Amino acid sequence: MLRRMMGHKLILAISLILMPWPLLADDGIDTRINDAIRPAADVVSGFIFSSFPVAGVQVPFVLVWLIFAATFFTFYFRFINFRAFKHGFELVRGDYSDPLAAGEVTHFQALATALSGTVGLGNIAGVAVAVSLGGPGATFWMILAGLLGMSSKFVECTLGVKYRNEYTDGTISGGPMYYLSKGLAERSGKLKGLGKVLAVMFAVFCIGGSFGGGNMFQANQSFMQLVSVTGGESSWLADKGWLFGLVVASLVGLVVIGGIQGIARVTSKIVPLMAVIYVTAGIAIIFMNLSAVPAAFSAILAGAFTAKGISGGVIGVLIQGFKRAAFSNEAGIGSAAIAHSAVRTNKPVTEGFVALYEPFIDTVVVCTITALVIIITGTWNPSVDPSQGVALTSAAFESAISWFPWVLTVAVVLFAFSTMISWSYYGLKAWTYLFGESLVTDAVYKLLFLFFIVVGSSMQLGSVIDFSDAMIFAMAFPNVIGIYFLLPVVKKELDDYWKDYKAGNLKKFGKAAIRS
Amino acid sequence: MSKVLLVGVDCSECSVRALRYASDRAEVSKAQLIVTHVIDWSPYSFNTPQENEDRHKRREIELDRAHKEIVDPIVSELRANGLFARGVVRHGHPAETLNAVGDEFGATNIIIGKTGSSRIKTQLFGSVANTLIQISEVPVTVVP
Repeated sequence: MLRRMMGHKLILAISLILMPWPLLADDGIDTRINDAIRPAADVVSGFIFSSFPVAGVQVPFVLVWLIFAATFFTFYFRFINFRAFKHGFELVRGDYSDPLAAGEVTHFQALATALSGTVGLGNIAGVAVAVSLGGPGATFWMILAGLLGMSSKFVECTLGVKYRNEYTDGTISGGPMYYLSKGLAERSGKLKGLGKVLAVMFAVFCIGGSFGGGNMFQANQSFMQLVSVTGGESSWLADKGWLFGLVVASLVGLVVIGGIQGIARVTSKIVPLMAVIYVTAGIAIIFMNLSAVPAAFSAILAGAFTAKGISGGVIGVLIQGFKRAAFSNEAGIGSAAIAHSAVRTNKPVTEGFVALYEPFIDTVVVCTITALVIIITGTWNPSVDPSQGVALTSAAFESAISWFPWVLTVAVVLFAFSTMISWSYYGLKAWTYLFGESLVTDAVYKLLFLFFIVVGSSMQLGSVIDFSDAMIFAMAFPNVIGIYFLLPVVKKELDDYWKDYKAGNLKKFGKAAIRS
Repeated sequence: MSKVLLVGVDCSECSVRALRYASDRAEVSKAQLIVTHVIDWSPYSFNTPQENEDRHKRREIELDRAHKEIVDPIVSELRANGLFARGVVRHGHPAETLNAVGDEFGATNIIIGKTGSSRIKTQLFGSVANTLIQISEVPVTVVP
């Protein structure tokens, strides 16, 4: 009750703070916000994406970092991404769920929640950027990065569950902050300090990421799409990013501050439906152009290794594919471990198997469909302005289904909304890890989050995309360092479990049992 | 072998009638009564991270409330009337869960009230009674 009253007061406070904005709008507030933020954004992204030259192409270090880790985990766990694929499905289906635990968070629910945080604009806008900058060949590297990323998710989600905090009232908090601090301290006393430092670093970047890729990027891209379907530059909305931002901020505010879970609940039901519509439409377009599919695949394969006319050659193509895959499925970033850790299980490694499906669905399935549609419809064109991420995908779908941009707009706005809700939760968890839990600290974070929605809608894509990429990728540094130290822990969990699984010692309840 | 009757209850009128019918039968045949309430829940729903975080706590609250407000008062009344009764509260799909609880306690008959939903609604969403009749391996009595 107190919380709810505070919520109403806060909404009032937000409205008062944001009220004068429309008055300033005539003076081009969009440009002013953009100008104010751009220098800071440029510095941050320049630092995170410091690169080194390979065969004349600048390769961002963080990408090498992520791909190396994913490849290393794949070999270290002897291709767990393929080995446990079937068992992961059995777990999601509920074959091993005790019927007496009905009513707790299931593997399916944990996976679905994590997916709603990752499936979104990365799959629509990010892929378009990758294909237009890197050519069809980028798709190949994107799929490869998705397959390798499955191993990274396996490790981080297992650790997320193993080292989560379970409070006396039954609520659960988990994520890299906890496995970095608790896990490293458990490994050896000498690592305690390092674990703490990494956990704090992760939390700081996670908060940044929740303002960047989890927020501004989403607001920005969904606004762009809304403008483009309502008439592009001549649209009434064209220079009213702040207005769109205010509306979205109010809705998000109602959920995260007002505690009106109803909105979030409705969104969480519609978003999977939109994802199904999107994928179905994509598959339909692929079938409508079935004769063009072999050519598309050969363009993908040829482009992956030859890269004619692409700046940076093969390395350039590879970078585009890897970068967008990583941005879309967030493997190695650590964010998903926060969502997955709510599952009810006493075997942490089971959630790791389930998490394999996240990059698979997100990147190997959804991103590939987007890429195929863009390539098949011939919308892909290296001279297209890469800042028009969603617009390019929208045009690709439009060329086959004329009214689809409207559906896509609804999908984009809803995807953006659900991603924002997820990231506001991730960011808040990191924030309370740093500053403790209280009504005031909560409120400060949430107000900042809403503020950045407005900022994100008002900025040009270039600086938003750079900043959001930078903050999200920065999370990978402390996360992956910690994971390397904790690999033996996961190995032991996996070996113990796998022995039991192979020997048939795990109790199976059957499909009917889960529902009872 | 003694008889075990499973009766499904909720807050509705018809479940009161089902309960009356079941307790009459139990009195006559000296049967045990398993008074069961199912909290409608699906393992395949889509939740927000916040909902997942609070899920365990909420589940406890839901179970506690169902016991206190629905099942326990019925059970104590039945016991006061000299019957052997026991209460069960579970989460899950109503029909499938009633069936599973029936299996667990070796019920010889499952008794439920008719929900009385319209034909269109039943066509679209199915009804507990229809599903239960299809899946149950013991006789099902639907009390109007």
